[in-house]
This record gives sequence, structure tokens and C-alpha cells, in this order.
Amino acid sequence: MTTLSLMATRTWSRLPRRHVPVLATLVLLLVLYGVGVSQYRAFSNVQVVFNVFIDNGFLLVVAVGMTFVILTGGIDLSVGSVVAMTAMVSAFLLREGLPAALVLLTALLIGPTLGFLMGCVIHFFDIQPFIVTLAGMFLARGMCTFISGSSIPITDGFWTRMSQERIGDPSGNFVSISVLVAFVVVAVAAYTLAYTRLGRNVYAIGGNPQSALLMGLPVGRTRIAVYTISGLCAAIGGILLSFYTLSGAPLIAVGMELDVIAAVVIGGTVLTGGSGYVFGTVLGVLVLGVIQTLITFDGSLNSWWTKIVIGGLLFAFILLQRLIGIRYK
Amino acid sequence: MTGSHPVLTMTGISKSFPGVRALDNVAFRLFPGEVHALMGENGAGKSTLIKVLTGVYGTDEGTVTLGGEQVSFTGPMQATAAGVSTVYQEVNLCTNLSVAENIFIGREPRRLGAVRWSEMRRRARSLLARLDLDIDVNAQLGSYSLAVQQMVAIARAIDIEARVLVLDEPTSSLDAGEVAQLFRVMRQLRDDGIAILFVTHFLDQVYGIADRITVLRNGQLVGEYATSELPQLGLVEKMIGKELRVLERLDEHPRHDPADRAEGTPLLDARELGRRSAVAPFSLTIHEGEVVGLAGLLGSGRTEVARLLFGADRADHGSVRVHGSPTSLRTPVAAIARGIGFCSENRRAEGVIAELSVRENIILALQAARGWLRPVPRRRQDELVERYVRALSIRPADPDIPVGNLSGGNQQKVLLARWLITEPRLLILDEPTRGIDIGAKTEIQRLVAQLSDGGMAVLFVSAELEEVLRLSHRIAVMRDREMVTQLTNDESVDADRIMQSIAAGAGQEGMPS
Repeated sequence: MTTLSLMATRTWSRLPRRHVPVLATLVLLLVLYGVGVSQYRAFSNVQVVFNVFIDNGFLLVVAVGMTFVILTGGIDLSVGSVVAMTAMVSAFLLREGLPAALVLLTALLIGPTLGFLMGCVIHFFDIQPFIVTLAGMFLARGMCTFISGSSIPITDGFWTRMSQERIGDPSGNFVSISVLVAFVVVAVAAYTLAYTRLGRNVYAIGGNPQSALLMGLPVGRTRIAVYTISGLCAAIGGILLSFYTLSGAPLIAVGMELDVIAAVVIGGTVLTGGSGYVFGTVLGVLVLGVIQTLITFDGSLNSWWTKIVIGGLLFAFILLQRLIGIRYK
Repeated sequence: MTGSHPVLTMTGISKSFPGVRALDNVAFRLFPGEVHALMGENGAGKSTLIKVLTGVYGTDEGTVTLGGEQVSFTGPMQATAAGVSTVYQEVNLCTNLSVAENIFIGREPRRLGAVRWSEMRRRARSLLARLDLDIDVNAQLGSYSLAVQQMVAIARAIDIEARVLVLDEPTSSLDAGEVAQLFRVMRQLRDDGIAILFVTHFLDQVYGIADRITVLRNGQLVGEYATSELPQLGLVEKMIGKELRVLERLDEHPRHDPADRAEGTPLLDARELGRRSAVAPFSLTIHEGEVVGLAGLLGSGRTEVARLLFGADRADHGSVRVHGSPTSLRTPVAAIARGIGFCSENRRAEGVIAELSVRENIILALQAARGWLRPVPRRRQDELVERYVRALSIRPADPDIPVGNLSGGNQQKVLLARWLITEPRLLILDEPTRGIDIGAKTEIQRLVAQLSDGGMAVLFVSAELEEVLRLSHRIAVMRDREMVTQLTNDESVDADRIMQSIAAGAGQEGMPS
């Protein structure tokens, strides 16, 4: 008898609401693409899609790291500066004549180390991630100008090969190495979130950190891990950016952390944490990329229109999240 | 049952918080295969003792021995690993995760590091079958009621190979059928040799399931008794440390004559007031000096009615008159300006501000009503605070300690004091006695009766029919977010009649076959 009465107390509908934002983003992406194809003949070229990936590969990688952080209910403002610092350090060390492999390793270690330290401060001193990563942002940006006040070109053989390598099909369409790296990162991240304890703990902490602690989950370790992961992703993003631009510049990727956050939120991840998918983040980045492409195709519009559209979309998506009742706190 | 050795021994446990000595040299024993009730009033130290046992708090003094070895848990994780599992009063699970995941997270079945989702769901289903709970293990936990979530929490605790299972007021949000179901599970676990520590405020439940009872009072151990040797009356006396005169006095309190109250212009007159997807339109009048009880099951729309009348939620239907003049209670500020006060059911999240002192919490609403430019003089503050701390016997009687250090019942009293000093004409009390011990409960009930004698109107929301019957002049009954009936509380009305109103029609709808 009680079993039956318990059945009847279920209040929400069967449709999983947490999927709604991702589906909305998918629909939006298809609409944007449809608009492009109907307006511009060249838009239907497969290479247009590939170019979106090529131009935004590094953004995607960084956004994947940010997804981990936001899923726990945190935020990482340092990623843009870490991207710049990684590129800067690589360019500097290569100019000093260090071997490419060693440079790569060093550059890839800096981001996660900074992320780990920020995670420790956030956890052990119980300080808002916003302010800790803001400090990290200034620190990393300052380091860039400390290394060099002006841009450093990269002439290393490995870097130029990575930059120019095209992986294509017989009809001439191609992607860069960066895109492959980004795909690998996405795949590993999606697997981690769905199938490992670390990933599931990330969702639990985002849902209710107090409960997660009382359920005996390693809250501190997980928190530190997500900032480390975000740092690692930012470092990989920095390397990809240096492949893309073949230089390190102290003022590159300023404000990128905000684009990244926008992409993650448009991709359906809830800022308070606990709900969202890496797949959504991929869609979010693609939406940003397609908008950019549309504005480039138009030719007459100022590139600031990208920002205006992103601003509008961001509003629309956070309102959508609120309206369908995704709010766990 | 009490043969051999205790699985758990706590000796000489002391724990202090700033301004409060929560535990003072307390001892506690738990044997395998017994259900042991931990009893005491609010503030007696039950929660603190449990938090010490489960590693949430450290101890100042004393030792904890588990299975013959001295232990010192620094966190719930270690306690769980050592075989001490806890189910808390407030469900501590993640509502954004699936049912299956909530049961297994932290110890998911894995192969090569990868979570085996299908295996996890299978095991979740069989575990829930043991609890007679037929729910979709893939669904988000948040889509189920609190009662179901509580059962899921117990399923989680059982699955951990627990030697000691701590149930901290697990029944406060369950109905009778669900409690019976829980007890069946508890007996089964007890027979499996698990030691169960059970905390509840319901005396009937203690006598229904517990083998032994340990009583705490004011942070000190009163004693350990076999349930069969301690009559119910004796237990209450040990808990409150005095004779039961207080309780009797309230029972003698004559039921008010309802007729002379319901005359003249009503203080509050709500007509067809409603809010989509919260509560269907209802009409309700409350006169000066009248206590209107709002009865109904959990989730029947009681709180929603209270929130509409206070302006905490905005009505999208109907109208309200206060003292005959039409008004719109669009915000709590508007309601407060018209002399309406509201004690929330959710005192932790919506009521007291834990970091502020008792004094500051009490003064808060009065200060808000006066505006920030006219601070309440310190002498007046002291006077008011002292009067209400004494009148409501808030313990400890120190107005300068943070409210967060007080027990739940005393926090509730602080909340009540806050509204009382603003002298509202209508006070809405949403579950003012939930989770409160019998002594504090009686005090609050007596206070409500006094207030209404003094001319204050009270809307009294409670899940406990007896207390609604005892206090109210009229009773409005809620069912499925609808006000189904209003009864004048005379001799013809009793708990059975209200139960019938609540139950009528519930058999047909919403029941899958």
C-alpha cells in the first residue's frame, strides 16, 4: 500500500528537464547554420564548419575545463591569462633555444600547478572561487608582461609543423592538429564526467556540497582537482593558441575567460552547478563560432556585433534555465 | 540482545561551543542487534552527540570505542568507512543526481575505473525492493517527495556495510504508513545484528521500536534504561526534569467559545485567493482574537496558503481585505505594514540569521518596521529582549551568543519573539512546533492561546491534528493544494472528522493501480 502512495507523490514530469537547455542549444545551432546556408551559397561548404573548429579549437579545450569548474558551482576567471602565459612561456623558452619537447612539458605544467594552488586556497581557506581566480588572473597576466612587454615570434620547427599540418579528405577539406587535440580532450572529459568517480563527485558537489560531504565524498580533493583540470585545459589551450598564431603575446586572450563562461552557459551548464554536459559545451562553442562566421560572411557588420548577439543569447539562456526550474539551491 | 560486548562505547564526552556547553561528561553504549533511542529535549545535546559520533565534530574530552578499538573520526567519510552510517533528519542527498546514483555514489560498482551504470541500477532496484519501494532508479531524486528521498537515504545507509546505523529523526517527514515501513526495515536490520541509534521526538515510536533508551538533559547524561522498565510518563519527566504540571495545565485550558469571535468586520478577509500551480483559489476570514488552524498532509498546500497571505508569494487570483479595506499583499513589506507577521516553517533557511546574536535576531523585525534611521534605543532593546527570553524561556538565556549555537527549538522561540515584539494583529505560524521537544511545544501552544486571548489573530499551520484541535477556533482543511472544508471547532469535531476530510476522495485520484 505504501509503495503505491509513494508512487503517487512524484511531482515532476517524466521528461528530464536537465536535457532541455542542451536541446535548446542544439536547435539554436541548427537554426543559425540554416540561416547561414540560406543566405550565403558558400556557407554550405563543409570547410566552413571545419574552419569554425580550427578557429575555436583552443576555446573549446578551455571551455571543457571551465565546464568541470562550473559543474561544481565554482568559476575560474584565470583561464584567459593562463592561456596567454602558456603561449608566452613557450615562445620565450623556444627563443632561448630549449628543445621543443622540454618546452612543451614545461608549458603544460604551469597551468595545472597554478590551478592546483588556487584550488587549495579555495578549499583550505574557504574563499570564494571568484576572488581567488581573479587574483590568479592578475598574477598570470602580470607574468606575461614580466617575460616580455612585446610579442615573441615562434620559429621552432615542431611548432610550425603543428601549425601548418593539414589533415584532410580527398576533396580538399581539412582540419588542423588543434582540432584533433580538442576532440581528444572533449572525449576524455566526457568519459571522465560520465564514468569515473571524480566526474560523478563533481556533479554531486555541484548539486549540494553539504550533502556530498555528509555522504562521505572527497569534496576537498574534487574541488582542487577541478581547478587543476581547468588549469591543464587552459595550458593545452595556450599551446594550441601558440600553434595557431605562432607567437606569444602578452595581451592576447584578454577577456577570453568571459567568452568561455558564455559558451559553457549557452551550452546548458547551470552556473550554480550540478547540471550540464561536455556535449553542451561543444554546442555552446559552436554557436559562438557560427555567429562569428555569419558576421564575417556578411562583411558589412562590425565584429562587435558578435558580442551583442552573444550578450542577447546569454540573457535568453539564463532566463530559460530559470523558467524550466533548474535551480537546486 | 545485551549479551557480550557493546559495539560502541562513548565515555566522558565533553564538547563546548562559544557560550554553550553542549555536552558535559556524557557516556553512551550501543550493543549489536538493538534499537537504542536517544531522547532529550531540544538543546539537550542529542545532535551534538551524534555529530561527535559521526566525525562531524571533534571532541574536547572523552573517548569513543568502536568494536573494542579506540577511534577518533575526523570526518563522516572515516566514520562511514569504519561502519557508522547516518541518516539525517534533513535529507542529505543530491537532488540533481539519479536515485541509483544517490544510493551508490562514492562506492559505485566499477570495472577498470569506469562506473558500471547498468550494474548500479540493478543493485539499486534490488535494494529498494527490500524496502518495498517501487520507484524509477533512473529518475532524478529531486522529482520525488521528501518521504521517498528519506527512504533512499536509508537504502544508501543500509548498503554500506554498517555496524552502527544512526537515524537522526528520520520519521519527522513521514506519514504513518511510511513509518511502519521504516520500522519493518529497522527490525530486519536489528535482527541482522546491526546496532541502531534512533532519535525521534515521537514517544509512541520509541515505545514501538526501541529496546533501550538513553536520556540526555542540558548536555548531561540522565541515564540509560530498558524500554520495558521505563513508563512513558517517567520518560517525559526524565527528559524535562520536572513534573508534568505544565502539560496538564494546558489540557485544562478551556476550549474557546468560537461563536463570539466570528463577528464584526474580519481582520483578514481573503476571497478566492489563489496562485497557479501552488494553491487553488480559497476564501478565508480571520477575526481578531481568533485562532484558525490549517490542517492537511505534507505538501497539501498549507505552506502555500501561509505564504500567499504574507505576500511571500504573489497571488494571481482573488482579493484580500484587511480590516475591511481592500489591499494587495504583494510583498512581505506590505504585509508587515498591515500588521501581519509570519514565522516560516523552514527556520534555518528563511528565519533566523545564524551569525547574528539572539538580541539582534529578536530586534530585527521591529527595527525593520521602524526604518533604519530610527534605531531602537539600547535600553529598550535590552528590556524587550530580556522580557521575551524569559517569557519564552530561551536557553541559554544569554542574548549575546550567536543564534546558530542554539538548538532548533530555541531558534524557533527566537523567531517567535522577533514577531511578537512587533505586536502584529495577525501572526501566521507555519509548523511552529515541528522538530521541537514536548516541553518547548507546550510552551509555544500555551503562548498561542494567551496571544489570542489578548486579541491577536493567529493562523496556526500544523501537521499534528491534536495540537490544531487543541488551539483552534476554526479549522481549515487542505488537500491536494485545495482548501476542502472549514470546520468550526466545537464538540462535534475531532481528529477522526478531520482525517476523514483529508482522506475523502484521496483514494480515487493519483493512485496507479
